[in-house]
Amino acid sequence: MIALSDYLTLSAILFGLAVAGIFLNRKNVIILLMSIELMLLAVNTNFIAFSHFLDDTAGQVFVFFILTVAAAEAAIGLAILVVLFRTRHTINVENLDRLKG
Amino acid sequence: MTFERFVFYVFAAILVYAALRVITVRNPVYAALHLVLAFFSSAAIWLLLEAEFLAITLVLVYVGAVMVLFLFVVMMLDINVAPLREGFIRYLPFGAAVALLMMFEMSLVVGTSYFGTQAVAVPPGHGPDYSNTRELGSVLYTEYVYAFEIAAVILLVAIVAAIALTMRRRPETKYQNPSEQVAVKRDDRVRLVSMEAEKRK
Repeated sequence: MIALSDYLTLSAILFGLAVAGIFLNRKNVIILLMSIELMLLAVNTNFIAFSHFLDDTAGQVFVFFILTVAAAEAAIGLAILVVLFRTRHTINVENLDRLKG
Repeated sequence: MTFERFVFYVFAAILVYAALRVITVRNPVYAALHLVLAFFSSAAIWLLLEAEFLAITLVLVYVGAVMVLFLFVVMMLDINVAPLREGFIRYLPFGAAVALLMMFEMSLVVGTSYFGTQAVAVPPGHGPDYSNTRELGSVLYTEYVYAFEIAAVILLVAIVAAIALTMRRRPETKYQNPSEQVAVKRDDRVRLVSMEAEKRK
């Protein structure tokens, strides 16, 4: 039998990898967005594991809404990325200092 | 080791490997493809947790729509990867240390002593006539209907925002103006000229 702690540990590992991804790829906006998706995946796995082990559907409903918001976030983030590339011809985070005083 | 446990470990290993490749691979296209692999193996783990509807939704919505959008953008933009990679080695020890510390701390909290089989009993599982989709739908359209409508509005806002952000009007391109087309009068298009009838030759 798979215990709840197994799922939670897997989610913790996934979340840690996503945090490491944000540290390592801090110049590439696309990989940053992908790391955020990985974080959301880890959180969703946590929600579903608790929903299964506590026998409560509310966790799955919450995952449903997180998926909705994540899809919207990805769409708007990529749209911003396209506009950014069109005006600056780079997606390097270091070069995005136009608002710096 | 039971078969269920074997399946869990196989897909967990694939998931961790794919996540590792997402953050370390050089080419963003390969990163997106590894993210697809991570979503697939995660969907398999959700199936183990009897969340069938969400597992299929993850594959359909995430792999089918969001990741295709990612690949679209990655391939559309002509990205020079080399300057984006500088600093990778420099931040590697720090990032790995922070990530390992976070994993260690979280595994202390979520470890077997608090969430093991003794602490939280494994549920017996549902019978063959149980429908996860039916159960999710029965609460989604009654108890959470307000949140459901807000989610729909959020998606609509996302559509409008994505189109409004990326739409641009080039001066050299010709456009139709629908409001002028609708408001056109007969006098704007037809000019009646009174003239003498010409004689036949």
